[in-house]
Amino acid sequence: MSDHAQHAHDDGHHESAHDGVDQIHVSLKGYMTGFAAAAFLTILPFWLVMSGAFSKTGPADAFILLLAAVQIVVHMVYFLHLNAKSEGGWNMLALVFTVVLVVITLSGSIWIMYHLNQNMMPSMMKDVRSLP
Amino acid sequence: MSDMTMTVSGGSGAEEALRFHVAEDHHPENATLLGFWLYLMSDCLIFACLFATYGVLGREYAGGPSAKEVLELPIVAVNTTLLLLSSITYGFSVLEMQQNRRGPMMAWLIVTWFLGAGFITLELTEFTHLVSIGAGPGRSAFLSSFFTLVGTHGLHVTSGLIWMIVLLVQVGKKGLIPANKRRLMCLSMFWHFLDVVWVGVFSFVYLMGVLS
Repeated sequence: MSDHAQHAHDDGHHESAHDGVDQIHVSLKGYMTGFAAAAFLTILPFWLVMSGAFSKTGPADAFILLLAAVQIVVHMVYFLHLNAKSEGGWNMLALVFTVVLVVITLSGSIWIMYHLNQNMMPSMMKDVRSLP
Repeated sequence: MSDMTMTVSGGSGAEEALRFHVAEDHHPENATLLGFWLYLMSDCLIFACLFATYGVLGREYAGGPSAKEVLELPIVAVNTTLLLLSSITYGFSVLEMQQNRRGPMMAWLIVTWFLGAGFITLELTEFTHLVSIGAGPGRSAFLSSFFTLVGTHGLHVTSGLIWMIVLLVQVGKKGLIPANKRRLMCLSMFWHFLDVVWVGVFSFVYLMGVLS
């Protein structure tokens, strides 16, 4: 990052070849590794569900979500070239913050609304109506 | 970055040189890519809200068709394949860009465009089929949240396709100048990000929907 700033000074103005683009390390090997992993992680859950190997819900749901989480990490690393050092760590910081918000939004909404549904069951409603 | 910062020492300021940082000095070179990443993260929050909505409403069928009855996995499997292939062909395009080979770079970008267009075509076919059998977005809470979530993703992919055409024209006219390389890297992030969102969609909506 620091020697990069040096370059910008040498070049004189910011519309230079060092626009951060050349910093990103991409390789054919990286893309192919990511693609192979992503393909495997896609085909496996589709095959498990479409072949009927999974009975309904429960552990199957958890397994699908786990595979999805792993695949998202694979995409982030091999396709989005994310690592702790890119952009001086700001990329990772923004991502961590976003992930925290996403987890709160998702788990919070589903958790609360599930319990709200439970408590608004018709049997429950009868009790509420009979209240003085 | 502030326009002008001035450092003055506390007491005897005379011998210490005043240091000015003027905005025109230089521009942080990575700002565009970092800024675009921040945009993607905010987009991520939009999708988080839509996923949460679907998570809450996804089982409220209102007497209408259930996810298991209307979602067809073979179409989704083809769609997922198209989008995953378009990710890797975009990767090839970036690799050609780094070699400064304009022709192959544009060729891979065009391949990517057609894969993305195939994805959108299939998705629209699925949507029209759903509406035609009376399972439109107005039928139940499940279908409303389904159409909103999957439709928003499809809208993003459509924007990506339009952007790709614009970029092809720009590269065709000006060649692989730094500005175009930067644009290509931004679109790369956008495109791969959409694939990440799609992983969530096919797992959470389609696979888990069919299992339920």
